[in-house]
Amino acid sequence: MTERRRERIDRGIKKRSEDVFALASWREMLYLAGPRLLPVALVLFLPPLLSPYWQKVMLSVGVFGLLAVSWDLLAQAGMISLGQALFFGMGAYGAGLLDRYLGMPPFLSLPIAAVLGGLVSTLLLLPVLRLRGIYFSMVTLILPLMLVRVIEATKIFGGTEGLSGLTPWPSVWVEMYLILGALLAALFGFRRMLAADYGLVLKGIRDNDRSVTSAGINIYVYKAQALFIAAAVGGFAGAFMTHVYLFVGMPVFALDYSILPIAAAVVGGPGGLAGATLGAAILVPLSEALRGFGGLRIVFYGVFLVVFIVAVPEGIFSFVRRKYHQFERWVEVD
Amino acid sequence: MDRVDGVDPVDQRRDDDGHPFLRVEGLGKRFGGIQAVADVSLDLARGELLGIIGPNGSGKTTLVNLISGFVRPSAGEVRFRGRRIDRMPPHRIVRLGIARTFQMVRPFYELPAYKNMIIPLFSPRVRGLVGGKYGDRDAVALDLLEEVGFERDAFVAYKPAGALPQGYLKRLELAKAMALEPELLILDELFSGLSLAEVASIVPIIEKLRQGGMTLIMIEHRLRELFRIADRVVVLNHGRKIADGPPAAVMEMDAVKSAYLGAAAETAETSDPETEAP
Amino acid sequence: MLIGTAIYALINSFILALMAMGFNLTFGISGVANFAYGAFYVMAAYGAWIFTHKAGLPYGVAVMLSIGLTTMGGALMYRFVLMRVRGQTLSEVIATFGMGLAILELFRYMGFVGFEYTLPNLVEGSVFFLGVYVDYQRLLIVAVGALMVVGLWLFTRFTSLGLAFRGIAQDERTALTFGMDPDRIATIAVAFGAGLAAIAAVVIVPLGTISPEEGYDVLIKALAVCIIGGLGSTGGVIAASFLIGFAERFTDAYIGSHWTMIVSLAAILLVLAVKPSGLFGHQKELEERI
Repeated sequence: MTERRRERIDRGIKKRSEDVFALASWREMLYLAGPRLLPVALVLFLPPLLSPYWQKVMLSVGVFGLLAVSWDLLAQAGMISLGQALFFGMGAYGAGLLDRYLGMPPFLSLPIAAVLGGLVSTLLLLPVLRLRGIYFSMVTLILPLMLVRVIEATKIFGGTEGLSGLTPWPSVWVEMYLILGALLAALFGFRRMLAADYGLVLKGIRDNDRSVTSAGINIYVYKAQALFIAAAVGGFAGAFMTHVYLFVGMPVFALDYSILPIAAAVVGGPGGLAGATLGAAILVPLSEALRGFGGLRIVFYGVFLVVFIVAVPEGIFSFVRRKYHQFERWVEVD
Repeated sequence: MDRVDGVDPVDQRRDDDGHPFLRVEGLGKRFGGIQAVADVSLDLARGELLGIIGPNGSGKTTLVNLISGFVRPSAGEVRFRGRRIDRMPPHRIVRLGIARTFQMVRPFYELPAYKNMIIPLFSPRVRGLVGGKYGDRDAVALDLLEEVGFERDAFVAYKPAGALPQGYLKRLELAKAMALEPELLILDELFSGLSLAEVASIVPIIEKLRQGGMTLIMIEHRLRELFRIADRVVVLNHGRKIADGPPAAVMEMDAVKSAYLGAAAETAETSDPETEAP
Repeated sequence: MLIGTAIYALINSFILALMAMGFNLTFGISGVANFAYGAFYVMAAYGAWIFTHKAGLPYGVAVMLSIGLTTMGGALMYRFVLMRVRGQTLSEVIATFGMGLAILELFRYMGFVGFEYTLPNLVEGSVFFLGVYVDYQRLLIVAVGALMVVGLWLFTRFTSLGLAFRGIAQDERTALTFGMDPDRIATIAVAFGAGLAAIAAVVIVPLGTISPEEGYDVLIKALAVCIIGGLGSTGGVIAASFLIGFAERFTDAYIGSHWTMIVSLAAILLVLAVKPSGLFGHQKELEERI
């Protein structure tokens, strides 16, 4: 009896298109550009084909995709956030307040709220950056949950009622392409950033902060920068949603906004942001499909988290990428 | 190498302004109930190579951590070219020109060796020295690695750091510190875990650095190799300085002998032939 | 009013200390931050409820069984989940967090919500004391809390397992060379933490009801206490529990109950800004601080 083993071999087209700068054929160019063009094409052409209900789902994909990208960005710099709701909520309240009290139009309140939300979140978490390990997770987990009680108690920003009757986006298409465009921009932009030397420093801080410090680099500055970027991305998602719901209130700090992004990043595969986006594109619609299960959905998320992080830590994205670049065959070994 | 063009070495020397290059005074550190370093004072002149030796647990690494700012002293002070540095965070000390290596090398294993060099080359100190950004950090990284013995023809520098043998990892660690263009280079047990041949191939690199005017502090257990290149040796025992002088003279001192022999008898470390005096 | 407030503040402090002790113990020994901690607390309470109401066991037996099973649950979680990702902070955090989430939300899904879900007092009656009525259950909490503190102190100093705990906590690598199995110790550490959560649950839950929210609440309180006190430090947990316990009660009595959470939040932010490693965190300074 002969034993067999599975062999993975790079596809010929991968090898051909990898090193040669003058690409020989359209096929090769498509092979290289395909993985980048596919999400762009989906974003451009899919929404008009969907029913209004699934359009809303697609909108959620954009929002949770941004939150997942933000989470992954932080994780790359060694900060494991359990409270994306903090960033989301800060941006959401920022936009709500700018709209209500300054009468700012959405296109202005969105960027300002994102930056302001990012700044406030960064300031709140700044002291934790001096600590290694799980302190960051602990503090990000409890801050949004405590802030809810603060709003409840002090009745600031509309208290338990929240602020309603805010300004909507001009049309559903603006809404749709704005958030999906932002997701694509964040995905490709921050992927580039992580691949550059700057990203290397961030990952260096995660893997061996002493080594980075001994290179004369102030790791707090870099951690704070990464935190601000991630918080602003999360804040952007929150500010955007404020003008979709036309309302902002305590639910923006709810645990849901923390859990789903983490689940998306973990299921899709942390590191590199593409996994996080793919994870959101899978989990959000899945979550809609499972709506009949009600509260059981969150149980599923919990189980997904455990199963993926323990058994499939590299996530779905790396599986897809491997299938794209390599083929497998069984070979006999003696 | 043409990278230090921006800095005039004569200018740097004038900066010292009559101050000793490095002065450590009454330095001490307590960890809970343990006095790791106690009342250590020493002076270092520009261009000198100082060896720090002592039995295990005598406080050598803590002393280096104190000088490089990774640990805050509980007593005493450190001055570098007249400037107090003992309250500074480690990255600022590096920017002043003190670089160090770590005893436990922990490179980024999945990255190629030359990519490991990017982080020190990204350092504000290096960017400051050459006045702006490098055009191509990769090229500088490869040059530096060649200097420490990564054969360019064999493409060792392109291998992931995780696939390199210990000898190359130590060289990588050295190259990372050299990339910072330091004025004082502190090497924490660079030779540990290396074969005699590997040590012999690194010694010329250190000698070349000295010819370039570099000041060095080396913590070593490999006394034979250290004594060949060191100008002066400081011996620590139980956190205290018990001797300071030229290598040959220091090893003749009774206190040093008893510290080493005593430690050897207590902890049964006689199995390491390198700890015995030449 | 002052004395009455002080007495209730004292009780509140012991409640907090009981809630936080298990989380802190697990982290102090094994370095595992068990974000499923709140779920274990709630699981123990529901366990005791189910054993009495559905299985018809005597209450004392149900409580013991529940504590035992929760402890075992902690050990199983380490053996089958955490051991595979040991040392990887990201995976440990996500795995325990996901686990806690699944457990708590499962209870919610199964409909375990309502006033009937509570545990009876272990002791009935109350005593009039310095001008206030204090029921025996609250006194029991103080007694159990004090007993736990003293017990743990004795345990880590005078038993070989306790000494092994301290050894691992101080220097895992050296402990390895003495032939200690860190996985075995960590299993016991996570199990002990879960067991302490269970003990806290059966003495504290009779004051209120069991609900999944309670799980999140306990986790928040445990984290808050540990952040303020300094993660891994038993002295820190006690000091922080008293700090928050008194601050909360006095805010409640003199300013308004809404403000208690703000006081805790302010305390956390203040401690983080002034001494990020916590009040008693200096022992761990080298490890946790950069």
